Amino acid sequence: MQELITRAKELLADGTVSRVLGWKKGDMGWDPEPAYFDKEEDLKDFVYNPFCGANLSKYLIAAGKLEGTTLVFLKPCDTYSLNELVKEHRVKREKTYIIGVGCHGTVKAEKVLNAGIKGIEDAAIEGDTLKVKTLYGEKEMPLMDALLERCQVCKGKTHVVFDELIGAEEGEEAGPGELAGNRFAKVEELEALSPKERFAFWQRELSKCIRCNACRNVCPACSCLKCVFDGNQFDSSQKANADTFEEQMFHIIRAYHVAGRCTDCGECSRVCPEGIPLQLLNRKFIKDINTFYGEYQAGADTESRAPLTDFTFEDVEPGIVNERGGGR
Amino acid sequence: MYRIETAGLAELFAAISETQDLFLPLRKADQTNYGLWSEGEPFDLDTLKTVKSAKDCFFPQSEVLYRCKSEDGKLSIDPQKLCDRAFVVFGMRACDVKAVEVLDNVFLSEPVDTFYAARREHGTIVSLACHEPEETCFCANFGIDAAAPGADVETWIIEDSLYWKPLTEKGEALTESLKAVLESTEKETPAEEAEKTVAEEQEAIRKIIEKLPLSHLDLSRFKPEHTMELFDSPLWEELYKPCLACGTCTFVCPTCQCYDIRDFDGGKNGVQRYRCWDSCMYSDFTMMAHGNMRTSQIQRFRQRFMHKLVYYPANYDGLYSCVGCGRCVSKCPASLNIVKVIKKLGGEV
Repeated sequence: MQELITRAKELLADGTVSRVLGWKKGDMGWDPEPAYFDKEEDLKDFVYNPFCGANLSKYLIAAGKLEGTTLVFLKPCDTYSLNELVKEHRVKREKTYIIGVGCHGTVKAEKVLNAGIKGIEDAAIEGDTLKVKTLYGEKEMPLMDALLERCQVCKGKTHVVFDELIGAEEGEEAGPGELAGNRFAKVEELEALSPKERFAFWQRELSKCIRCNACRNVCPACSCLKCVFDGNQFDSSQKANADTFEEQMFHIIRAYHVAGRCTDCGECSRVCPEGIPLQLLNRKFIKDINTFYGEYQAGADTESRAPLTDFTFEDVEPGIVNERGGGR
Repeated sequence: MYRIETAGLAELFAAISETQDLFLPLRKADQTNYGLWSEGEPFDLDTLKTVKSAKDCFFPQSEVLYRCKSEDGKLSIDPQKLCDRAFVVFGMRACDVKAVEVLDNVFLSEPVDTFYAARREHGTIVSLACHEPEETCFCANFGIDAAAPGADVETWIIEDSLYWKPLTEKGEALTESLKAVLESTEKETPAEEAEKTVAEEQEAIRKIIEKLPLSHLDLSRFKPEHTMELFDSPLWEELYKPCLACGTCTFVCPTCQCYDIRDFDGGKNGVQRYRCWDSCMYSDFTMMAHGNMRTSQIQRFRQRFMHKLVYYPANYDGLYSCVGCGRCVSKCPASLNIVKVIKKLGGEV
């Protein structure tokens, strides 16, 4: 962490960057907040530990409107979001200085707290163990039990875009990281259910939705200046559900809108106050895109054409929907 | 005071729900929220904080106010029936109980909100003391005692017993109606002994609260006479920046009371006029015919905390409209919360 602070200070001092976007210590050891650091001395509150789950790439839309270059710290999976934002002309790459930071997984505070670990001050990952510094001494728990879902199925340790790397090696193997599981396993499980059972699953989950829009507002792919759900001319406005399962409308429309652009950064499920596994909707689209158009990872680069905005003669026919039983 | 076995709670709940609706913390899809209980359904009294507060029981997130329809050139209006069925909310913590007082001040003062008033009239609150308050709790700053949660009936769960103590007329009436089941499941205990056990539990709870990291916030600057100074503080600029402008804090909050009124146009089936919680975090909050007086997120962010800590107390005798439940502390996606605002603006950091 000290290395990150030192480098940020250097870049601020020599004028390469005008501000730093990173994570700041919270009141508790487990709630660092995304923060701007404009002056070298502000960096005393900078923190980088496994609780720094927030993907900072979306903040660069706002930062891009400010004078000068913004230094941002990005974890490997965050860099995919940044690339996608650059591709969509939402973030100016030339106004962004990226330091890729090494990552061994980010954890869900709730899981650590629920494991009975109290008085958290700091945490570090050692192998497959999460070591937590607490008021009551050093505690530990199996890393897998503490990780955010997205990290349990880590998509790799490669930074796809950066100006320099700290704590990470260039050319680290792309593809699944050391902890990787099959990120489509749960999607496959849902696909195997009958439509009725699948409906029941989503009804149970989506009925918890409180329409707070956290999933949308945190999503780097949701960068419309005015969201259709914010328009007060629209019947299904953002604030309420006409019935207990009306949330499906919001979530399904959102999933369609980010299809092909979603990098699977997992921020939607990280922030959901009701623990709805929203990533599953997006992953269903990713899985289908991979099946129909060949493997595609949104945000892997800034040039290639995305399958849903491109056409080739090899593309599947729309009739595939009926063939797979979706039309019934 | 009654003392019954916690194993007999399902029986007690069944007895309540025989004659009225019963709202309990229910575990559904891995989360605990208040919901209408039906016999046999599992309930969850172990989770300290439900995701949403019990506010929905009195002020639901969304409710229809009336329906209207145009047929053969004639307009008919079908008003929504007010709540006329008695109900019990069981398990509300001291913070959520205090939050009802905050809502009462707003909705029961003239002009009275009849929808809310009808629910308050028909609802009986059974509170539950917090056996193990958590580090996100800061109710103590607002004069709330988690060891004596108040409301119509106060309860404590100590080991395998529930101690039941009616406090109000409504509480007495509920107790009277449950007399048979309370007595049949009662563990004979001399009143003195029960009082002593509860007093010990209370002392233990208060000791924990004293030690919690957020129990001693400095609120001294949050006074009506500092309104303009706080409003104009340059610190808002730094505080609001990580805010995602989502509505999580406002929707999990037990005291947020802003709502919007909208129409759902069902075409031939008529129009439903409904109201739903609004959030000062949202871009069209306080949007009016002439436009919107808050056009930036920093203004909306400031509104939320000025309302809780300055405007509301100015209107209601110094009562803050934060009860320190800590839901925003644990749920904000950007780890912002009212505690950070209090510390920063209050001069602590």
